[in-house]
Amino acid sequence: MIRRTTLVASIALATLSLPVLAQEGTLKKIKDSGTATMGVRESSGGLSFTLGDGKFAGFHVELCQRALADVQKQLGLAKLDIKYQPVTSQNRIPLVQNGTVDIECGSTTNNATRQKDVSFAVTTYVEEVRIGVKANSGITSIGQLNGKNVATTTGTTSVQHLRKHERGTGVDFKEVFGKDHADSFLLLESGRADAFVMDGQILAGNIAKSKSPGDFKIVGEVLSVEPIAIMVRKDDPAFKKAVDDSLMAMMKSGEMAKIYDKWFMQPIPPTNTKIGLTASEATKAAWASPNDKPMEDYAKK
Amino acid sequence: MSTWDWQVFCKDTTGGEVVAGCFGKGGDITYLDWLFSAWGWTLSVSALALLVALVLGSVMGILRTTPHRGLVLLGNAWTELFRNIPLLVQIFLWYHVVPALFPFLRGVPSFLLVVMGLGLFTSARISEQVRAGIQSLPRGQQMAGLAMGFTLPQTYRHVLLPMAYRIVIPPLTSESMNIIKNSSVAFAVSISELTLFALQAQEETSRGIEVYLAVTGLYFVSAFAINRVALFVENRVRVPGMIGGGGH
Repeated sequence: MIRRTTLVASIALATLSLPVLAQEGTLKKIKDSGTATMGVRESSGGLSFTLGDGKFAGFHVELCQRALADVQKQLGLAKLDIKYQPVTSQNRIPLVQNGTVDIECGSTTNNATRQKDVSFAVTTYVEEVRIGVKANSGITSIGQLNGKNVATTTGTTSVQHLRKHERGTGVDFKEVFGKDHADSFLLLESGRADAFVMDGQILAGNIAKSKSPGDFKIVGEVLSVEPIAIMVRKDDPAFKKAVDDSLMAMMKSGEMAKIYDKWFMQPIPPTNTKIGLTASEATKAAWASPNDKPMEDYAKK
Repeated sequence: MSTWDWQVFCKDTTGGEVVAGCFGKGGDITYLDWLFSAWGWTLSVSALALLVALVLGSVMGILRTTPHRGLVLLGNAWTELFRNIPLLVQIFLWYHVVPALFPFLRGVPSFLLVVMGLGLFTSARISEQVRAGIQSLPRGQQMAGLAMGFTLPQTYRHVLLPMAYRIVIPPLTSESMNIIKNSSVAFAVSISELTLFALQAQEETSRGIEVYLAVTGLYFVSAFAINRVALFVENRVRVPGMIGGGGH
């Protein structure tokens, strides 16, 4: 009796899986379950942030929502539930690898090390690491950071670029680690640090939200250029292609620039402040010729 | 597992190249150098905080057993204040709020603020243990001391404390080991101790498992070393016939 049930079940399973053989991996998972899990960040500037109450928004979140809508159309699903899963810099890669998150829409730098573990969609935003200082500090370049306290956020790679500069130019500074971006900015605000080295959009966002935005400015050389991209599982070319196609269509139609404007140039919730950061030349170049090159390829130029 | 890569500790923190001998030369720093420096911070924070905690905790614990109501009140207030506020909140109070209230504290390095925060938090717990140790002695001991002509401080010094401290060595050992583990909150106020090292190094190297295993090992070694030292002390000061004095 039991054996027969198993037999029936396996035949049923085999017939069920026949029509979807063409689709594997994430696309199949989304089609079968009618849900997709999007990895989002609590506070990654205008790219991905929480509105509270389990709601998430931002440039990358909107791009993902649109890409998933295209995936839904491609799969012919009547309804697609999007689940939002907050991730951190520490757990985002494992969560994508183990299938908890299907598409990560935060602020992940596409680099060669990570490409060993995950895949990236075409680059949608190019980040420039800059230096944020108090406007009255008189600091305008890296050279003036000699002997100063430099804040950066634990779990980010920005400070590595500064270390490289440090060795190259003989500038000696002390690293102070904030536990998150808000904490690092507080270090700068309270005077415990003289500079805050971080992604330009995070600096701009924190300055925009501060008590007196006029007291701070972003100065100095661009320390590094990092392609930021939407992250998907490795070895799943069908899903990556579906997402890439959707993103590239938006880049071509100019929709991408409009969405960028919405999140970076217009007032955004929850506080209705503007980040006020125009798309950099590097970002525009990435939209003009879509690619998924890692950070290392940018450094060579 | 074959995918482990312990070479990660030999890498230079700037370029990520593997350095021969694993220790950086000429101003370069490898992750191994950084790991040891982070361990040093953890041990320094813990050791100084333990010193603060033992001294203040003992004083407060003793005050709570004296016959003077004012002193008892002071000891009780101290203990309840510091043990009813979460440690992380206390650290933030020391780091962000206290310097804002008292401007002269602004120049104090965050290291010392953390030592005070952690030390005072633990002093409340030690005060409770010292009080319990003293009160576990028969009341007649104190009366006998006073009847012998000792002053109250002399009674404490020569009669009560020698016995009370022997009784509370085991809970004090746990508290000392806790301080090593609790020192990990210091990362929240930018002390580059082991936890901060782990968070930062695993992000820079993408070798989280190796980094966390190494850090876990160092925490274990540090706490276990305290355990062994305390056991040694406990055995050395043991008095036959007393509580915990053997013979069972």
